[in-house]
Amino acid sequence: MKKIIELKNVTKSFDGQVVLDDINLDIYDNEFLTLLGPSGCGKTTTLRLIAGFESADRGDIIFLGENINDVPPHKRNVNTVFQRYALFPHLNVFENVAFPLRERRVPKSEIEEKVNEMLKLVALSGFEKRSVTSLSGGQQQRVAIARALVNSPKVLLLDEPLAALDLKLRKDMQQELKKIQKATGITFVFVTHDQEEALSMSDTVVVMSEGRIQQIGTPVDIYNEPKNAFVADFIGESNIVDGIMLEDRKVRFHGHTFTCVDEGFEPKEPVDVVVRPEDVDIVPEDRGMLKGVVTSVTFLGVHYEIIVDINGFKWMIQTTDFVDVDEHIGLYLEPDAIHIMKKSEYSGMFGDYSSYSMEMDEIGGLEDNDLSELGEVASAESESER
Amino acid sequence: MKNKNAVSKRALIIQRMCLAPYSVWAALFIVVPLLFVAYYAFTDNSFQFTFSNITRFFTATSSIADENGAAREVRTYLLIFMRSLKLAVISTFICLLMGYPAAYIISKASSRVQSILITLIMIPMWMNFLIRTYAWMTILQDTGIFNSMLGLIGLRPVHIIGTESAVVIGMVYDYFPYMILPIYSVMAKMDEKLIEAARDLGCNPFGVLRRVIWPLSLPGVFSGITMVLVPSISTFYISQKLGNGKFYLIGDAIEGQYVANNLHFAAAIAFILMVILLACMAVFQRAANRRAAV
Repeated sequence: MKKIIELKNVTKSFDGQVVLDDINLDIYDNEFLTLLGPSGCGKTTTLRLIAGFESADRGDIIFLGENINDVPPHKRNVNTVFQRYALFPHLNVFENVAFPLRERRVPKSEIEEKVNEMLKLVALSGFEKRSVTSLSGGQQQRVAIARALVNSPKVLLLDEPLAALDLKLRKDMQQELKKIQKATGITFVFVTHDQEEALSMSDTVVVMSEGRIQQIGTPVDIYNEPKNAFVADFIGESNIVDGIMLEDRKVRFHGHTFTCVDEGFEPKEPVDVVVRPEDVDIVPEDRGMLKGVVTSVTFLGVHYEIIVDINGFKWMIQTTDFVDVDEHIGLYLEPDAIHIMKKSEYSGMFGDYSSYSMEMDEIGGLEDNDLSELGEVASAESESER
Repeated sequence: MKNKNAVSKRALIIQRMCLAPYSVWAALFIVVPLLFVAYYAFTDNSFQFTFSNITRFFTATSSIADENGAAREVRTYLLIFMRSLKLAVISTFICLLMGYPAAYIISKASSRVQSILITLIMIPMWMNFLIRTYAWMTILQDTGIFNSMLGLIGLRPVHIIGTESAVVIGMVYDYFPYMILPIYSVMAKMDEKLIEAARDLGCNPFGVLRRVIWPLSLPGVFSGITMVLVPSISTFYISQKLGNGKFYLIGDAIEGQYVANNLHFAAAIAFILMVILLACMAVFQRAANRRAAV
């Protein structure tokens, strides 16, 4: 596969605060790559560096083999779909999409043809003469995509493009974006803090935290084999407990020795053990490898989400079997339900559901200001109120 | 629901009461005087209805000397009006030429610098307009500050006071803030992402200015032009003090007639000026709206 963009040892800080710390990333032709991470992880800054709106303090940005560190945004063969669309309010739908073509002095007939083709691609034929301010959020989003694609860029950068849409519309647009990416064959670099979105759309997911790349991989790899506690916690739900690797395929935690499928660790090496909530089987207490007391049960439609206290450490378990609060249950783990990770700086920070509440999770999800926008936090906040 | 209605009704009453002082003020000092102007414009000294004041504005003639010293008959007030219009348009144009880039640069500065610069622009407005005009008299005099500074750097003095340039300088100085402030307020509100989007879509910095910033700032430009053009067309004091009374403007004409106790004709000139300005503004506003609607 051909590399389109390479970031080499890229470092960037704002006002002395390091936002990107020695990033190395290769982006390949025709892939749907997602930069995923919580607010302030540097994902938007990475995107802006590729677009040319920021310049790196150190390191190189290579585009098709050429260093583009000093190339201004209007000369880069990439286009951006902005978070709040940034459509030109003084131009109608047609003129918004035609904007980049007119800048290149494309002949009139060709402009007409290309704009119509793009509007058809985003299912907005017939909206040519409408004012962009009269469109719904989803329609504005489509205009922004058409406008960014009309120049046939090598790479399309999307900065949390779906964050402002409601859930239903967001799901539809996810499908549609994926379809457009397949149809056009253009490389998409997509920024989001929504892990579900990242998993469902991407070929490659890049998980970022605190200005560093934590893991690069396919959605399945990232989910099944997280590299550290941060990734395991950020992607889906995870119970993460301290364990000791006794030997290959033998791990001990919570006072019990389990068979697992991981190998290649030192004997007696302390490790982080990840168990996904859906991989735990509930059995009668006397048959369980682990024993615990149910402390809460939440009905979520497809399954119950229960919190189980095991010697003071709280596990989250997703099950379709009903159990009651205060019930004593046993837990059974298949070898492939257990994933072993090396200790990292994130060890011990995640994976215990003692203080878990769904509300907290949602509040966390609402913050979508990236560190690079720190100076504009006030304006971003007032925008999100709109 | 009922309760909510009651609350909003009370809020409405309070709102109206808050508005009352201004309504009374506006009625007494804006509407009534305007009605008086119209009444005086269409009546003669014995308050009989007449068009003669209006027709006098368009037909009155006087003779002036042209460049060759030959006497020439001109329509007095039309000539004065055209002269006022010319000086006002020149001043407005200069204000726009200086104010637009200044507003742009200020809007790009950090918010601290922005507020300092805006305050600096407004400070002269805290001083009385007459005093400011007197200050310019001493600056522009043949032996004034300006010419002595020219002398210091070895240049010959120039004669400015009593020329049209002096009048234009005075107008530009006095009305400049009214140009820069509305343009600045539009630019300060402009979404930075639009500029980035234009860059992203292939515009060089000049293209961004031409295709995004300029069209989006037009409402500010239009209101700036209105706020400079209208007062500079009707000014009289600046031309008297800085033009040495040689450039009789339409404002001077009104003042002159008023001082000479020709209240009815003064009112007629004011009335015609008002109608012309309102018509211009209406046309202008319509053009602006059409521009904005595209």
